[in-house]
Formats: sequence, C-alpha cells, structure tokens
Amino acid sequence: MLIGHSTWIFENEPTILSTGVIGGPFEAQGKIANDFDILHEDLWMKQKSFEQAQQIMMEEAAQVAVKKANIQKEKVNFFISGDLINQITPTTFAAKTVDVPYFGIFSACATSVESLALSAMIIDAGGANYILSGTASHNATAERQFRYPTEYGGQKPPTAQWTVTGAGCALVAKSTKGSKGPVITSATIGKVVDMGLTDPFNMGGAMAPAAAETIIRHLQERNVEPTYYDLIITGDLGRIGREVSYDLLKKYGIDINAKQYVDCGITIYKEDQPVQAGGSGSACSAVVTYGHYVKRMIQGQLNRILFVATGSLHSPMSVQQKNSIPCIAHAVSIEMRSES
Amino acid sequence: MADQKKKQLPPEAQQYQALQAKRETKRPVIKNCIKAFLIGGFICLIGQLITTFYIYFFNFTEQTAGNPTVATLIIVTMFLTGFGIYDHLGQFAGAGTAVPVTGFANAVISSAIEHRTEGFILGVGTNMLKLAGPVIVYGVFASFIIALLKTLFTKLIGT
Repeated sequence: MLIGHSTWIFENEPTILSTGVIGGPFEAQGKIANDFDILHEDLWMKQKSFEQAQQIMMEEAAQVAVKKANIQKEKVNFFISGDLINQITPTTFAAKTVDVPYFGIFSACATSVESLALSAMIIDAGGANYILSGTASHNATAERQFRYPTEYGGQKPPTAQWTVTGAGCALVAKSTKGSKGPVITSATIGKVVDMGLTDPFNMGGAMAPAAAETIIRHLQERNVEPTYYDLIITGDLGRIGREVSYDLLKKYGIDINAKQYVDCGITIYKEDQPVQAGGSGSACSAVVTYGHYVKRMIQGQLNRILFVATGSLHSPMSVQQKNSIPCIAHAVSIEMRSES
Repeated sequence: MADQKKKQLPPEAQQYQALQAKRETKRPVIKNCIKAFLIGGFICLIGQLITTFYIYFFNFTEQTAGNPTVATLIIVTMFLTGFGIYDHLGQFAGAGTAVPVTGFANAVISSAIEHRTEGFILGVGTNMLKLAGPVIVYGVFASFIIALLKTLFTKLIGT
C-alpha cells in the first residue's frame, strides 16, 4: 500500500526467511568475519577471471540462502539482483546457474535495497511466494571498472573507499502461519540527488545528501520518529559520508543518537585495515546487513532497523566527461514480528 | 574555470559543498611531499648505484650506462608489481614511486596483468599502454616542439 508520495507499507508481512553471506580474504580479516557463511581465502576463487569469481560468490550466496531455508530451489519464483560491472554480466551468469526467472537491476551500491524493496512489494502483492534478492561485488572487478588496474601504484586519497569482495542474498517469502524471521514492513524509494560533487574518490561525500533525503522522507511519510528504529543503517557512506549525512539530518531537525546511526562501510572492516574512509561496493550493504544486523535481529538484540543503501550512479565515462556524481538511496524497514 | 562552474550550481548544492568540504579528510600534502621526496630520492640512489656498478664492473661509460640501468629498474619493478608489492609502495610514497621510471614501468605492467583475461592481442596488446600512453603521446609531442624551437633558434642566432 502506498503512503505519502513514495513509501510502500507491506501489510502481508513479507519475511526474510534466510540469508546467504559470502566474503573474500580481506573481509575474513575484518570486524565481522564470524558473520559470513562462506569465506574465500583467495581473490580468484579458483576461477579464470575476477568477474567469474564474483559470479561464483553470487551463486553461493543464493544456494546458501535456499539451503538454510530448507526449501526446494524450484519453489523460488524470482531472482532479483544486479552488480557494478558492465551490463551486470556477473549477475546474469549467476542467474543462469541459479536457474530461476530473473530481474536484472542496477542502482550501483543501492542495488541491495532496491532488490529487497521490489521483492517485498511483489510478495506483498501476491506476485510470488519466494524471491531471492541480493547482490555481489568484487574488489578487483570494481577497481578495474571504475579506477585503475589492481596492481597500479597510484596513491588513493583519504576519502577513497575499498570495494567489498562478497555477496549477500536474502530469501524473501510470503508470510505463513508460524513463519519466523524478520519482516519487511515498509520501503521508501529514493530519487536521484546530485549536489554537484565530481570527485569519484569521495563517494561518501557525494552520496550523503541522497541518504539524508531518503531518511527524512521515510520518517515523514511513515510518520515515525527516528527513535522508532533501534538502528538506522546506511549502506556504504564511509566515515566522511556518515558524518556529513549526520550533520545534514541534524540541520533538517532529525535528531538521531550517534550510536543509533551506523554505516556498513565502517562496520565491516577493522580500524587498522587500510581502507581509507571505509568499505563500499554493492555487496557492502548486503553482506553487513544480512550477515551482521539481521543475525542480531534473529538473536533478539535488535527489533527494528531501517536499512538505507546508498549508490553512486556515475560511470567512468561520465566522470571523464566532467559530469557530477548522481546518487541515490533506497530505504527498507525490517522489524521482528511482535510476540502476540 | 572551476569557480565559474561552481557559481552555476543551485545555492542548495553550494551550501552542501561547503558543509561537505569541512568534513572531508584532506590529503596530507606536506607529509606526502616529504614521503615522496625520500622514497623517490631513494629510488634514484639505487639507480645511481646500479649505474656505478655497470661502469665499474662492465664496459660502460657514464653516457652508455643509462640504458642498462633503466632496464634493470624496469625488471625489478616488474617483479614488485607482479608480486603485488608495488601498489602498496605507491600508496605510501605517492609521487615518489610514480615519477621515476619505475612508476612508468608499473603503469604498463599493471595494465598488462589486469587485461590478461581478455587475451594477448585485444587484452594485453590493446590495454598495456592505457595509463602510460598519454606519457608517450605528449612526451613525443613536447620533444618535437622543443626540437623545432631549438632548430629555429640555432638557425636564426647561429648564423
């Protein structure tokens, strides 16, 4: 059901039945290494190219999610996913293996929430029983797509971010009697926000206004206070983007407790890992939220979260042609079912 | 130019950019310069040692020792790049590892490695000079202009 201008409220309780979370070697050294289902020791993952390695992670994430839910793969109606690479081919090849009808989407690093929101909407409307929703990214594929060759010795500024190698997948299902698991209660679709920033090595700074815009609109349209949520989780703003968006929210009168405002790009790595401003990449938000925060919800440590994935929608060509960086943020609220 | 462009932005975006600039971690320029100076200088010192080595132990003169020295540095860079060490050095030293001939070698070698998956012709062959290409293009062009000027001046003043 639509409320406000662009927020959906899901009345039929689409549920996150299970999640599959895959990580690479650098993530294995990070802060939340225990939250992964599979951790790979090698960036190549026994494949011939990094793109294929990314594909393998996406496939594994989907397989793990299906296996954990203890259902047959044939029951899954759709697979909604995307990634950062040209024409989202790693995801397409993964969809071939997963062998489920497929929607390919692109919202850069906001793909995770875009796909989760669409999955919830389709299930809420009775359009499916089970949907696999997820995304993957790989440090080396993103480096070569957006920046320089992996082994090139260029110096990155302190505002740069490190693309997460990993894949996160959630199996969203129609709510049935006695079904457990966190429920997707609402979603707010973001609009493209562009404040004229042009530095692709400062994506956090570029994406912060998009995050703030979506959070403000979500709270207004759903008519809840920020304290309604235990945590407001942004996708991959990094240290700089998190602070700037926090300032922006304050400026617009949204007072959030700093502890309640967390970012996946900061959560995933340890302080001493050389990632400059934090993690990024489409897998960043998926891996941290599905692996870390949704797990905390199931364990009962968290009740309600607002998951806001942020995406910077530039391409290497648009940057070279001196365009600014258009950004987007989508939000989804996930809540535990009340006991009654 | 940049200022002019900024003025065309809506006031909201200008305000945001000012706010963002306050929070943005600045590049530690002075620290970077010192690191670049020391590491870059150290690479040059190694180069000098290699040159001296070739002059002392082989039949090279100060004029001819340049080529084998550059070749040696390039081979060393090739190994450092291939084993994934040079990019870490580069993150630390910045211009210190980018400016010497090792930086040029790293740009060529890293591109070659990166595009190996697309094959030897269209992958490695096409993309090897992706980063180093501009250096060659404008290097050749600049030397052409300088040579032209030199010829003109010597012709005019020399006679």
